[in-house]
Amino acid sequence: MTETMLAQMYRTMFTMRTFDERIHQLAADDAIPGYAHTYFGSEAVATGVMAALEPSDWIASTYRNHGHAIAKGVSLNAMAAEVYGRRTGVCKGKGGSMHISDFDKGMLGAIGIVAAGIPLAVGAALTAKFKGLPWVAVPFFGDGAVHQGVFHEGAGIAKLWNLPVVLVCENNGYAEATATDYHLNTKTIADMACAYNMPARRADGMDVVTVYEIAKEAVDFARCGGGPILLEFLSYRFSGQYEGDKQIYQPAAEIEEARKRDPIKVFEENASTRGLSEERLAGIRQEVKVVVEAAFTYAESAPWPSPEETLDDVYVSYL
Amino acid sequence: MRELTVKDAINEALMQVMEADPSVIMMGEDIAGGAGRDDQGGLDAWGGPFGVTQGLVTRFGRERIRDTTIAEAGFFGAAVGAAMTGLRPIVELMYVDFVGVCYDQLLNQAAKMRYMFGGKQKVPMVVRTVVGAGFRAAAEHSQALYPLYTHVPGLKTVAPTTPADAKGLLISAIQDDDPVIFFEHKRLYMTKGDVPENPTPIPLGKASIPRSGKDITVVAVQRMVNFSLEAARLLDIEGIQAEVIDPRTYSPLDEDTILESVAKTGYLIIVDESYPRCGLAADISSIVAEKGFDYLKGAIRKVTPPHTPVPFSPPMEDFYLPSPQKIADAVRGLLGAR
Repeated sequence: MTETMLAQMYRTMFTMRTFDERIHQLAADDAIPGYAHTYFGSEAVATGVMAALEPSDWIASTYRNHGHAIAKGVSLNAMAAEVYGRRTGVCKGKGGSMHISDFDKGMLGAIGIVAAGIPLAVGAALTAKFKGLPWVAVPFFGDGAVHQGVFHEGAGIAKLWNLPVVLVCENNGYAEATATDYHLNTKTIADMACAYNMPARRADGMDVVTVYEIAKEAVDFARCGGGPILLEFLSYRFSGQYEGDKQIYQPAAEIEEARKRDPIKVFEENASTRGLSEERLAGIRQEVKVVVEAAFTYAESAPWPSPEETLDDVYVSYL
Repeated sequence: MRELTVKDAINEALMQVMEADPSVIMMGEDIAGGAGRDDQGGLDAWGGPFGVTQGLVTRFGRERIRDTTIAEAGFFGAAVGAAMTGLRPIVELMYVDFVGVCYDQLLNQAAKMRYMFGGKQKVPMVVRTVVGAGFRAAAEHSQALYPLYTHVPGLKTVAPTTPADAKGLLISAIQDDDPVIFFEHKRLYMTKGDVPENPTPIPLGKASIPRSGKDITVVAVQRMVNFSLEAARLLDIEGIQAEVIDPRTYSPLDEDTILESVAKTGYLIIVDESYPRCGLAADISSIVAEKGFDYLKGAIRKVTPPHTPVPFSPPMEDFYLPSPQKIADAVRGLLGAR
């Protein structure tokens, strides 16, 4: 892996962290409308997986989408404006934080229903296979999603039709307020792939290089006609389920322990052995802070949609 | 022009559209049948449970006519994803009653993709599904759940009565860039009528007036159109000229045609096969009450099933459904009060 690539990964992860720190503060100050879900702790997953994708590859995201969107190259200005509900938001103010998604950047959607994006990705993979296009489709979902019917139905159809789908589970330890070790019937999520005769990998989701290597292998496998594959990345959710969640179900010692594996910290600790100096990282951090700050400044003064824009985009055409 | 059944008209529409547009594919449970067992000669064993898609797999192959697992949420979601990325999938929901297992993919995915993400996505997919009582098929294979879909912004709903409408409206539905739910009534499949051979689309959102009359407007839903026409013939003998309107699509709804008719007749009866509460009859009634109140010379009447599940036993199911007699009685009751 080149230094440039590593530096880019760090930049992406730090952008996610900085963006969501702003979100966290704005939510605490009640300065943004609606629900917000931050990505603290899983930055290495989206960053590593997206680094293994081509721009033309599709992802399906969730309500915890900020990291996915940043890694897929969505404009920070348009993201911040969307969080504020402004007309120049990526969804024209129709989605908010939960639905930040840019179709033009290869995002099928950022779906608010747990696991519901999985079959959408299966469909994009079907288009790829049917038309002979080199796309891979990657649905992201949490550990809680593996109990949903559409996880199993999507996995089953993808395998039956041998579609290029890389199922990426961000096992961040919690399904809402329920711990993974309580809700999981199997020992691991990767074990579930057995039922579909599908290969699976389970790996540390806190080290972006590990994530990238595993994801690259899986994406190549799917792209070359190997069919679907399930990846389980072990991360941690430093934040609550949503901004404002008191996290009383997450033991302080557990959070403390997980902080030692913070993906940004892990990266910084290993940076020098990977050829990146602290000065270089500091420079990236400075640049990121400026760009993120500019995005929120832009968003704060971006225009509101007119109320009548409520009526737009329900249909392509209607009567 | 030649006569076709509704079933054959639908089959012909599918054949012609798929011939013309290679991006159209179909997914469903046993829409071919016998998938994967060439050795047993089972290919195209069913053509769907009613035989509507018979012959498609032999013509277009298994890449385009895809038998799925019994996983409606999975293949409905796949259809949404495929539609957004360049295909025009047609999915079959074997019975409308089965929507419970995959409703999220219509309600929250198909219907919201365009709106919620800023108007970039298109979801050109069609759900073909079978509705209706009268098959002694009990409560889970007999419903007429048009309102569950018509209620949802982002979806369009189409319900043809005649073979010609079935063909023309299905062509439009497949060519449409929005998700369309296409209801096929199981008791209409074998009814015959003239159907043009050319693939001529009929625009969505335009009602038809299968019978003109000056005394009363009867707006009827799918199979209820035929019941209403029969009632109109009974009433004709008594000197009552009923005008029968078939909206054909419920979303979008051709309000103008309904309102113009009520302006002419002054009386309105709505005949619906869906449940009475929050149903199509209730909806059309409210529209006319709001926009055409001054035209009305009497109360709006609804002829619908009772607010119960569909029963199995023949005397109960016959009691449950509207009938030409019940419609004629409702007309007499309304006009008798003049």
